[in-house]
Amino acid sequence: MLYREAGQFKTNYQSDQQVFPITQDRWSVLAIVVAAFTLVPYFASDYLIISILNPFLILAIAAIGLNFLVGYCGQISLGSGAFMAIGAYAAYNFATRVPGLNLLIIFILAGGTSALVGILFGIPSLRIKGFYLAVATLAAQFLFEWMFLRVKWFTNYSPSGSVVAPPLEIFGLSITTPGAKYYLVLSIAVVVALIAKNLTRGHIGRSWMAIRDMDIAAEIIGIRPLQAKLSAFAVSSFFIGIAGALWAFVFLGSWEPLAFDINRSFQLLFMIIIGGLGSILGCFLGAAFIMILPIFLNQAPALFGIRLSTETVSHLEFIIFGVLIVFFLIAEPHGLARLWSIGKEKLRIWPFPH
Amino acid sequence: MGFFLEVLIGGLLVGVLYSLVALGFVLIFKASGVFNFAQGAMVLLAALCLVRLIEWLPKWLPALQNPALVVFLAAVLSCALMVLVAMAIERFVLRPLVNQEGIILFMATLGVTYFIEGAGQSVFGSNVYTLNVGIPKDPVFLFEGLFEGGVLVNEFDIWAAVAAGLMVVVLALFFQYTRTGRALRAVADDHQAAQSVGIPLNRIWVIVWTVAGLVALVAGAVWGSKLSVQFSISLLALKALPVLILGGFTSVPGAIIGGLIIGAGEKLSEVFIGPFVGGGIEIWFAYGLALVFLLFRPQGLFGEKIIERV
Repeated sequence: MLYREAGQFKTNYQSDQQVFPITQDRWSVLAIVVAAFTLVPYFASDYLIISILNPFLILAIAAIGLNFLVGYCGQISLGSGAFMAIGAYAAYNFATRVPGLNLLIIFILAGGTSALVGILFGIPSLRIKGFYLAVATLAAQFLFEWMFLRVKWFTNYSPSGSVVAPPLEIFGLSITTPGAKYYLVLSIAVVVALIAKNLTRGHIGRSWMAIRDMDIAAEIIGIRPLQAKLSAFAVSSFFIGIAGALWAFVFLGSWEPLAFDINRSFQLLFMIIIGGLGSILGCFLGAAFIMILPIFLNQAPALFGIRLSTETVSHLEFIIFGVLIVFFLIAEPHGLARLWSIGKEKLRIWPFPH
Repeated sequence: MGFFLEVLIGGLLVGVLYSLVALGFVLIFKASGVFNFAQGAMVLLAALCLVRLIEWLPKWLPALQNPALVVFLAAVLSCALMVLVAMAIERFVLRPLVNQEGIILFMATLGVTYFIEGAGQSVFGSNVYTLNVGIPKDPVFLFEGLFEGGVLVNEFDIWAAVAAGLMVVVLALFFQYTRTGRALRAVADDHQAAQSVGIPLNRIWVIVWTVAGLVALVAGAVWGSKLSVQFSISLLALKALPVLILGGFTSVPGAIIGGLIIGAGEKLSEVFIGPFVGGGIEIWFAYGLALVFLLFRPQGLFGEKIIERV
């Protein structure tokens, strides 16, 4: 009833190939984006923007990047934290060593650096598959954690090992307020989501999916595994690198390699699994869930008027987080995006049973 | 030469401990196809339980003052805990997730990891505990006749290596000669075929997770008395992963030999290459080594050959 596609006839190719072929989808997505740009910064408090919305959007970008690799191309990667770190440190080095570079160019260069490294670490994927590959990607994680800690050139010989992001400035506008940062992150997130949506329904996305479903069969029908796998690694690392640069520059401000440790990789992986593998919407849902859950768990005892020591709270957080992860995997292994599409399906025929 | 041997032997002894953790991974992967990330957390839980029970038992039962008896009782109770954990995991995680993809099961074991870490530390405390199971920790000299000064080895490490070796022999005998062991091997070979000849998969999973839990207990006891029981033991899982890909996910001898290679390799590289590049390379060196091996043998040293069909 609410969700009726009857009467929406496609009379030309253009309308048939739209990103959102159903009118309700198109309008609701547009409404959400418009609301995110206009209403949210107006109503949200600084705390909400700084510590929830900004990290949520940045991690959603990283999750989209990882989803290309894991969800669309089927290559499990446990090294996404390292690629965020590469993006962050590349951006830092470009910003400090090349003065006067536009911030957007810095981000793109950071993504590009990350993509090059991604291609390098994607090469083993041509020989190694499944969990062997997953463990092999951990090599990247530990190598880069070590490198940014020990090789002083990357941190510009800063004595403490932690680096500080330069002041953010774009086209002469200085980005200092939470609202301005929010606009920057949101604009990039929207662009990334749009690119991602189009990339995955085009030729390249389809070749990734063919590789994911069965690589030998894909090879037989003429998809080159080399190109498909390496491009997935490159594109995925590119977006993860941009997210890493944003995370460091916009969210953290000053950081050390520990900000991109293996727990970050697992966090991203949780996001795309809970959100839904192979779904762009799922990346946002998963990022929201994984971001908000620990905050909620942290606040929940206080909300119910129970006083616990911080140690107990952190252990309880661990327990509940673990239980919820398992529960979600059992309840819906295909993630929140699948729940969403089931809901849509139900709305389509409601209130009639058929 | 003496120094080289000392580093090599030290590395091999650490490698034995990696093998113990890797063994737990392999057992579970073979029998249920689950890449069990929770193995490190299980080691932590077993070690925590053991060390705290040794501390608590004399307080609960004042009559019990014989240290050896306390250690024995604590070990038995820890075994019981690991059995319970295995049963709970099978009932609440594996059974509902049967037939799901590997990555979903892997993520589920990550959830289990969080749960075990949180629950274990809230029950048994989260401080650093010294574990003493009554094995001497004196340094001894070996091969004094061969080199000047001999090779310095910790006596405890030798005992640990012996314990690990015994564990492997017992496991090998168990798998080879008992009825349950045969059933386990059958399941590892082919789930469907095993089920169709009447082997109950659920019970096999409980058994194999229990065995992995017991291996974790041994690994936890050894690591705990070496480095004291603390949260970082849980990160052992990450140390054992390169061992796995080096030796192959499905091979018990692979886990042992892989562990020895990784242990020796990382210590030798740290001592002989580390100073040139700034030190601390043992964290990623093992992974690099394993990765290079994988390029030539994608299924690890002893893993089953992967045959793919369309």
